[in-house]
Amino acid sequence: MAHDSDPKGAGGDHAHDHHHHHDHDHDHGSELSDMQRRVRALETVLSEKGYIDTAALDQIVEAYESRVGPHIGAKVVARAWADAGFKSELLADASKAVRTLGVDRHIGDHLIAVANTPETHNIIVCTLCSCYPWDLLGLPPIWYKSTAYRSRTVKEPRAVLADFNVTLPEDKKIRVWDSTAETRFIVVPERPAGTEDWSEEQLAELVTRDSMIGTGLARQPGEVG
Amino acid sequence: MDGVHDLGGMDGFGKVKPEPEIKKPFSEAWEGRVLAMSRALGLAGAWNIDVGRHGIERLPPHIYLAATYYQKWFLRNEKLALEKGLVTADELAAGHASTPAKSLPGSVVTPDDISGALVRGGFEREPQGPARFKVGDRVVAKNIHPTSHTRLPRFVRGHAGRIERIQGCHVYPDSAVALGDEDPQWLYTVVFDGQDLWGPESDPTLEVSIEAFEPYLEAV
Repeated sequence: MAHDSDPKGAGGDHAHDHHHHHDHDHDHGSELSDMQRRVRALETVLSEKGYIDTAALDQIVEAYESRVGPHIGAKVVARAWADAGFKSELLADASKAVRTLGVDRHIGDHLIAVANTPETHNIIVCTLCSCYPWDLLGLPPIWYKSTAYRSRTVKEPRAVLADFNVTLPEDKKIRVWDSTAETRFIVVPERPAGTEDWSEEQLAELVTRDSMIGTGLARQPGEVG
Repeated sequence: MDGVHDLGGMDGFGKVKPEPEIKKPFSEAWEGRVLAMSRALGLAGAWNIDVGRHGIERLPPHIYLAATYYQKWFLRNEKLALEKGLVTADELAAGHASTPAKSLPGSVVTPDDISGALVRGGFEREPQGPARFKVGDRVVAKNIHPTSHTRLPRFVRGHAGRIERIQGCHVYPDSAVALGDEDPQWLYTVVFDGQDLWGPESDPTLEVSIEAFEPYLEAV
């Protein structure tokens, strides 16, 4: 088969050997251009045969670059902080609760919100692939998809948190949720003290992407300006 | 399959490298094309989510570990498109179609409505029977080693845990890949004590849960 499973540009020795047969400038750009060529070939053939529409692909890329992101999750968390009734609904059925917020697109099924408390800290991982709550947080950061995060989080979460400069009290319980099915998880971080009279818009500024995965805490009031 | 993708609990992968909160999702333009192509192929009915995941798991281990996320997605797309006869190797080498298209069961995503590509599919189904377990039940994750696709990670196999939530009845990934059948099964959140998984020297404050389909579990 002409196209076997060889990731040109993956950084392996094979990829370098391959490229030594070509005239190029020996940087990684040449490897990426090989990926670009293969991606373009597949997209073109699939499009010419009518399986996909390249103009639709343009729009899908644009949507993931500009419309979907952690600002959606931050809005949900801020509402949960500000409204105890909403928080109860969110923890009971997150997909349903989030749809009442007027998010500008449909939120998928099986979303589960888990709340941090003074006793328990929650962390989300996917050990088998990279399942992530795209609906609320957009596409995952590279670290979430990394072998280091996927291997270590279920075994030594405090060491993983240390990589994020997060230290929890020694007696705090840690709950790791491995996303092994189509359920998707989001963490509701603890609300920082000193924010009692803040608006939801202000509160949302404190909610980071990492705090909704559990590798971070919400920002403190002094950290936003 | 007992593949290299099943990473939970392995050592040696080094530190996790945090990234800025605000970041472009794609480092290179081709990554966006791969993501969008994957979404569009899913909606076209080229393959389902489970077959797609298994396609990545079937990459050779050295490729799996060396490739980036979107490289893996691309290699999966290319491999499955070839295996399913959507494209030929000659067409990919030429960069143009030269054989007739196959008919697919789904629909082509068009520029006037991409909403389907931005929404997760639904996987809950009518149950085939009553749930076997209830919240609070003690269960053991079976010591099984399916050679095809499974979502039971190795690190819990043989260990006892507790049913914490019942998540409804969902498409069963093992059957979706091995049999081409949705075969809906009850799905549970099963929580394990960290020291049961990792031994007496491990973090005493840790609990780990997985989302487990009923066939993965047996009563204690």
